[in-house]
Amino acid sequence: MRRIKTKMNQPIGTVLLELDPVPHAGAANGAALREPAPPAIEVEELTVHYGAQPAVREVSLQIPARQVTAFIGPSGCGKTTLLRCFNRMNDLVAGARVQGTIRIEGHDIYAPDVDVTALRRRVGMVFQRSNPFPMSIFDNVAYGPRLVGERDRRRLADIVETSLRAAALWDEVKDRLRDNALRLSGGQQQRLCIARALAVEPSILLMDEPCSALDPISTARIEELILQLKERYTVVIVTHNMQQAARIADNTAFLLSGRLVEFDRTSIIFEHPRHPETRDYITGRFG
Amino acid sequence: MNGAATETTRGPGPQAVLPQHGAQELGFPLPVTSASRAAVARRRREGALQVWMTATAVAASLLMVAGLLLLVLVNGLGYFWPRDVARLELVDGQVIIGEIVGREPIPDMGATLTGATASASGPRYRIQLKTGNRDVYGLDYRWVDEDAIAALGYPEDITVFERRAWGNLYGVVLEENADGYEVQLADGRTRWLRAQDVVDSWRPNAMTTGQKLVAYAVNVWEFLTGEPRESNTEGGIFPALFGTVLMVFLMTLAAVPLGVLAALYLREYAGQGPLVSLVRVAVNNLAGVPSIVYGVFGLGFFVYGVGGTLDRLLFSDQLPTPTFGTGGILWASLTMALLTVPVVIVATEEGLAAVPGSLREASLALGATRWETVRHVILPRVLPAVITGAILAIARAAGEVAPLMLTGVVKVAPALAIDGTAPFVHLYRKFMHLGFHIYDAGFQSPNVEAARPMVFATTLVLLALITGLNLVAVVLRHRLRERYQSPSV
Repeated sequence: MRRIKTKMNQPIGTVLLELDPVPHAGAANGAALREPAPPAIEVEELTVHYGAQPAVREVSLQIPARQVTAFIGPSGCGKTTLLRCFNRMNDLVAGARVQGTIRIEGHDIYAPDVDVTALRRRVGMVFQRSNPFPMSIFDNVAYGPRLVGERDRRRLADIVETSLRAAALWDEVKDRLRDNALRLSGGQQQRLCIARALAVEPSILLMDEPCSALDPISTARIEELILQLKERYTVVIVTHNMQQAARIADNTAFLLSGRLVEFDRTSIIFEHPRHPETRDYITGRFG
Repeated sequence: MNGAATETTRGPGPQAVLPQHGAQELGFPLPVTSASRAAVARRRREGALQVWMTATAVAASLLMVAGLLLLVLVNGLGYFWPRDVARLELVDGQVIIGEIVGREPIPDMGATLTGATASASGPRYRIQLKTGNRDVYGLDYRWVDEDAIAALGYPEDITVFERRAWGNLYGVVLEENADGYEVQLADGRTRWLRAQDVVDSWRPNAMTTGQKLVAYAVNVWEFLTGEPRESNTEGGIFPALFGTVLMVFLMTLAAVPLGVLAALYLREYAGQGPLVSLVRVAVNNLAGVPSIVYGVFGLGFFVYGVGGTLDRLLFSDQLPTPTFGTGGILWASLTMALLTVPVVIVATEEGLAAVPGSLREASLALGATRWETVRHVILPRVLPAVITGAILAIARAAGEVAPLMLTGVVKVAPALAIDGTAPFVHLYRKFMHLGFHIYDAGFQSPNVEAARPMVFATTLVLLALITGLNLVAVVLRHRLRERYQSPSV
């Protein structure tokens, strides 16, 4: 169990989990300028079938650590499928077959000896629709730590506070941690889900259209939060909203019909796309 | 427009014969053909008809349920009331003492045969009296024509004795001491009644309503806590009540965990293929198998198979007297659990299907195993559905008699399955059951007439027991639902 320190007096967002140094962690800031660090996620020749139908075809890409990477593309292009390979959530889908290699921090996550539960603690996920458990706010955040055997009430309280602060929710819920989480608003629920994912101390956070069910104000708060999170976490986000990708992502991948069309810095994708298909999609000619 | 519309109906067709109304009746200027008008009228009529049909069905069901409950309530509750005892002097000088329990018109056979007109005074009546004193008269009840009654009174000195044997005794106490009572019967004969043969005695005609209410409560209590007497036609029903509750409890202990685990496997673990569908269909059909079939199975498998084996292995020194190799409350409960487990499985599966997949994903994405997800997220969510299944199972098991008759229920059980002698729980013992008690007292006893109030009272207790168990479960389910399901946003 890693220790978690709480820094009560620091502003929200800088209070973050003190993680063990990731083996290849480079400079945390100035992502756009720094030297290419070892990638957090390496995908090689990945093909995913649902039954006979390929959903992702021969995708290869390297997702840099501690940056925000966005997957964009029209509905059904395979971006969510790709994302769900990174924590092996596709294992749950009957008939899903995964070929190719995915390495996270150097480890092949589809190797036979991989502990999937450990992988999922390392690679957190936030879903399209907020899905808090029908429990109290506290129990929601403490769910993950309790799974790995944390029983100490004081330490649990620390983890809950740190995670809620990191998810920019602490000030809104600190007086009602025992309330049912389902009483929170949609945006608060989504931030609670982020806090819940952070509580198990992941290094990578996968977000599957986290704002698609939220109003613009809640969306803005989550985007702000994502920008803060990338100081500590590698964030991979699937989004339908191109403006959102442009606002928050360092890198953007454009997928079409299961193929990776283009993957580059966001500024290049949006300003000088090399592929005509990317340009058409960005400029709104289809999709 | 109207004329043209009428023209279109000249062709042969069912609509043509329907009465035609002006299109204006509809109140808006649409191009209405008479065919469509007729269709509208037909549908409107059908609508009314269907409302009537459906409403009548509901009313009929309600009426039947209300009638049943009323019948059971009136007859069952009336049993405990200390009724006044009448003293009748007949025209021929005979004196009768007894409770008036019924009155009915005498069928006028003579008038029908001779063709004479009915007497001007209208139909004649006769009354039914519970005269008791079965040891003297041989019967508990007798009919008396009202015409034959010379005088009717309710003297205060009439005493009712509830006896350990031979039913009630009605009479006037002449002398009373520590050993017993000298009682004068209606016909003037006297009898010596030993004190140890008397359960209770009271003088209903001298009692005030308040005293009667107290006596009523005492009677109800004695009925619920007492032992049966006189081949179950009198006394209490405690062993049957106890047996029923214990059987249902053991059944729930066996059926609910088994059903929940089976449902969890079918929904959460098994791949959804044709085999699982087949299993599901089989489970659903299992719920419809006649209960006596389960009884036969329970006898063959549990009693002779499992019980016989246990006897050979553990109680061989007592053979050939069986210990577990004969019907007993454990085998009856397990048989009943087998009968109700499909109900639990179906209800739980429905509950599991209603748990949103996003909750499973949320838990698994946090690094939980499948079992941890089931344990912490899914089971709390599905608990109300499990309890619904348990309610249905309990309601069915408490009322089912047929399988019990093969697997351990008896007319009179010598001892309860739980008592003060070590090891305190004797699950191999035979037991009594309210449902079987009703059947036995009402239809197998030598004195059916005397047992009738007993049957109603026992029925009432059985109904109350099932209703009570259901109420507990409903309240529990409601609480859990409030706790675990999303508050409406």
